[in-house]
Amino acid sequence: MSSHEHAVHVAPTPSGFIRKYIFSVDHKVIGIQYILLALTAVVIGIVLSLLMRFHLVWPGAKFPSWMISGGVMTPEQYLSLVTMHGTLMVFFVLTTAPQSGFGNYFLPIQIGAPDMAFPRINMLSFWFTFLAFVVMVAAFFVPGGAPISGWTAYPPLSGLGQVTGPGEGLGQDLWIISIAIFSGASLMGALNFIATTIDLRAPGLSLMRLPLTAWAWFITAILGLLAFGVLLAAGILLLLDRMAGTSFFIPAGLVVTDVVQKGHAGGSPLLWQHLFWFFGHPEVYIAVLPGMGVASHILSTFSRKPVFGYRAMVYAMSSIGFLGFMVWGHHMFVSGMSPYSAIAFSVLTMSIGVPSAIKTFNWLGTLWGGKIRFTSAMLFAIGFVSLFVSGGLSGLFLAQPAIDLYFHDTYFVVGHFHLIMGVAAIFGIFAATYFWFPKMYGRMMNEGLGKLHFWITFVGVYCIFMPMHYLGVVGNPRRYSDFSANHFLAPLYSIHLFITIAAIVTAAAQLFFILNYFWSMKKGPKAPDNPWNATTLEWTTSTPPPHDNFGGHYPSVYRGPYEFSVPGAAEDFIPQHLTPDQVGKAK
Amino acid sequence: MEKRNQCAGSAAPAAILAILLLILVGSTLFIFMDKVWWFPTAITAVGHGIDHQFFLTLVITGIVFVGSQVGLAWVIWRYRDRGQRASSSHGNNTMEIIWTLATFVMFVGLGVMAKNAWAEVHFRDAVPGAIPIEVTGQQFAWNFRYPGPDGKFGRTDPADVSASSGNPVGLDLSDPAATDDVVVPVLVVPVNHEVQLTLRSQDVIHSFYVRELRLKQDLVPGMQIPIHFLATQIGEYELACAELCGLGHYRMHSCMQVVSEADYQAWLAGGGQAIQRGGMNIGECQ
Amino acid sequence: MPGTTLSEDLQQTHGRGGAGDSGGDGGDSGGPGIPAVPQRAYITGMSVALAGILMFFMALTSAFIVRKGISLDWQPFALPKILWLNTAILLASSWTILRARKFFRLGDMPNFSHWWNVTTAMGLFFLAGQLLAWRQLAAAGVFLASSPSNSFFYVLTAAHGLHLLGGIVALLFVGLRWQHQTHLTPATATEVVSIYWHFMDGLWVFLFLLLYLGR
Repeated sequence: MSSHEHAVHVAPTPSGFIRKYIFSVDHKVIGIQYILLALTAVVIGIVLSLLMRFHLVWPGAKFPSWMISGGVMTPEQYLSLVTMHGTLMVFFVLTTAPQSGFGNYFLPIQIGAPDMAFPRINMLSFWFTFLAFVVMVAAFFVPGGAPISGWTAYPPLSGLGQVTGPGEGLGQDLWIISIAIFSGASLMGALNFIATTIDLRAPGLSLMRLPLTAWAWFITAILGLLAFGVLLAAGILLLLDRMAGTSFFIPAGLVVTDVVQKGHAGGSPLLWQHLFWFFGHPEVYIAVLPGMGVASHILSTFSRKPVFGYRAMVYAMSSIGFLGFMVWGHHMFVSGMSPYSAIAFSVLTMSIGVPSAIKTFNWLGTLWGGKIRFTSAMLFAIGFVSLFVSGGLSGLFLAQPAIDLYFHDTYFVVGHFHLIMGVAAIFGIFAATYFWFPKMYGRMMNEGLGKLHFWITFVGVYCIFMPMHYLGVVGNPRRYSDFSANHFLAPLYSIHLFITIAAIVTAAAQLFFILNYFWSMKKGPKAPDNPWNATTLEWTTSTPPPHDNFGGHYPSVYRGPYEFSVPGAAEDFIPQHLTPDQVGKAK
Repeated sequence: MEKRNQCAGSAAPAAILAILLLILVGSTLFIFMDKVWWFPTAITAVGHGIDHQFFLTLVITGIVFVGSQVGLAWVIWRYRDRGQRASSSHGNNTMEIIWTLATFVMFVGLGVMAKNAWAEVHFRDAVPGAIPIEVTGQQFAWNFRYPGPDGKFGRTDPADVSASSGNPVGLDLSDPAATDDVVVPVLVVPVNHEVQLTLRSQDVIHSFYVRELRLKQDLVPGMQIPIHFLATQIGEYELACAELCGLGHYRMHSCMQVVSEADYQAWLAGGGQAIQRGGMNIGECQ
Repeated sequence: MPGTTLSEDLQQTHGRGGAGDSGGDGGDSGGPGIPAVPQRAYITGMSVALAGILMFFMALTSAFIVRKGISLDWQPFALPKILWLNTAILLASSWTILRARKFFRLGDMPNFSHWWNVTTAMGLFFLAGQLLAWRQLAAAGVFLASSPSNSFFYVLTAAHGLHLLGGIVALLFVGLRWQHQTHLTPATATEVVSIYWHFMDGLWVFLFLLLYLGR
């Protein structure tokens, strides 16, 4: 039967706008669709965070009523911004752009394949993600508004309906439904990434010759595959508690504003937290692992040096992924779970510091002895390393349950996770954009604007998120819409003001990026096929790549991904697809 | 290839980035060492233990932080593109093993050492004779219940809960043990006398947070979670809610008053009415 | 998908996913033509999908165990007797699909079709039996929200039933020879579907044991 194998699975370049750009099965188009979706989501997410920062330092500020109904922000509106900012950023930006966006575009090209293994599933997973996005944003526009329970949606706050607060009615339902759809889409995406990486690699491209970006996407896909099913299950149970009167998470005898909540008994709020964080912790690695891959890739390219300790990097990423599934309890040290399990979760969490440190040292080792060129992509990759170190180290405080007794749910946590999974991951996305833009659109981005963008953003994010650690040291709780009730928070006003101003400046600097992106797309100078003298397969094909990626000439691979500055070679880089005969000798 | 030297490393970006990293390191060191923004003084032995563990962690992470960021600044300055040829090193297994072991010992060792303070909070029960107080959270208020002269907490029933008519925890007044229970909105405890709190919530998850105790514990509906502490400093300390509980989360606020044993007894004998003693209005936050 | 009209002469026997150091036929001169997705990718894809599905059901299982462990309101209830019959039907269908695959390998297409269709029918019988079980429970006053044990029964059977329905659609798909519209060979299609079917069978046995022992 195997003789009946069909030869062709990728269509010739489709004609017609809809087939080509909307319901396309081309992984490159889908990748760009994901990136544009993430760009939309990140703009909304940043605006939400600015509104929050405004409100925190100017509580009486009048907003235009199309922005904040009623003009002055209420506590419930503030909390709905908290929820939607977190949700949009975590799911629709940090999960979507680095993995689904850049991964979709470049994984098949980097492994020398014509497309993903299952192009139609790929298209479906994008459109499900899009649908999830529409449903999520719709929560703003229903009676009661968006949910106020945060991106973690802890029941009973999220499980009892409108009684616990505005936004907990239809808004919370839409939130859960959106997350369920998103989970399904992510599962389909993960399936595609894994099968593609396992079975579609070019001849000669063994696993230990994969670019570290491809490794990162592969490991991230495995994390997504194992994590999103759990979130889906949890979401279904929560929805049933809300809509069908079951009691998975809702205990008996609750009284909200003097009204007894009948019909529930015996449920466990902690059960939700366990299920949620079993997903939620791997999720932070889903956000940041692709950034690690991109940083390694770019640091090597622009220091003209092989990645230091390639195998150690692969093992480190794998163990981060593996350990990531065994540490969810560190989000729950003060939740009322068994204090004995806290010790196990703590030690396992501290041990994630080991592969993280290995990666950091290897990045430094890659730069060491190099010939460093400071392109915008390189600057953002170096920025990634710095942010990863800073954000990672504050995690060592929070990983210890005794210290977490003080820091849990303070701004220390906010500063920590924004640095490591927020901004570091975003720096990975920026680095990837400046690096791959020429390949994607056939034009160069403006380096001057790119550097300006970097300097302001790098200084800006440190000015926003380092002071949050100091707020945490003083004990400032997070998710407060107003600091007037607690006297000890009054002296912290100056820090909050500083953060807000830094946030405004940093957000404004992102306009340089957006301007650069769309301007360069149309007007940038034409890009050569390999503008950075890089080695991996995406630089061997034309710019931008043809519909089938390699114009019918599929490469074979003869060497590792980072052969820079090889002694005796004419050039300081040897692309992966060159045979030993084709490599020029130094004169 | 013609673009090759378009962005070749000049000294300027290397210098600026290196200097920014040094400023980051310098300002961070200054703020932590000068204690510009710092903890309030701890009022329990456990709190001092936690502070010690924090300090230890600060020193270790501080060394790694300074080492990595300064190292980063140094390599980007030292190895900026000056036309040299890069080395072609693929790595060094000895170094990988060294820094793997070093970080393992450092980080995991730190984690193991942190166990002591945690054990003091959670691995032992309150001592006999500890004062039992029940803490009930509700949107958006704190209620503290003392058992009264009979030393027993009376029965409660969700159906009897009525914050508007002065029965916020739902005392079932048909139970004689409930009639003498004292329910107040302020936590008053005697100094140097261990207290055992039992935390419960009526509606959603809240979290008990007193900075000076270095203590935080969620109040979970359907659960009764015990915690204990022994405060050694007379004074009034703010009590905040540290788990998102709804639109009034930010104003779910009260205070803990640590008073002398005599003042505590006098206040309790008065049925929880606020009294003026020793310059403090016991039973009412400032 | 468009493009299947291109004939097989474009086929390029390019070994993908190669390990080892010296694969390929030299440089970027791999020759024209788009390499097909190797058939093993579909097997890989199915295995990966099953891992994801397994995690979904493991999450529900751990919720079941935790929820039962902590609760004072867990009310045991009698599982409908018809579930035993349903289980027997589903187990038998694993055997019939094995037979179908055997005839497929022998090239005996009529017998293959026969046993394949029998499997499909048994799947439908199983689903009908599950619906009947639900109706019996409802008639006995056991609803989704009656007790956590009931909630889990409905959630687990519904989730499994939906997955099995997907399996029936796949069986029909292959039974009606619709896989010709895709790039799956008949051999791959039958293999992938039967892997899924056996998994759903095993999953049901696991869930049934969980529900029976843990009720």
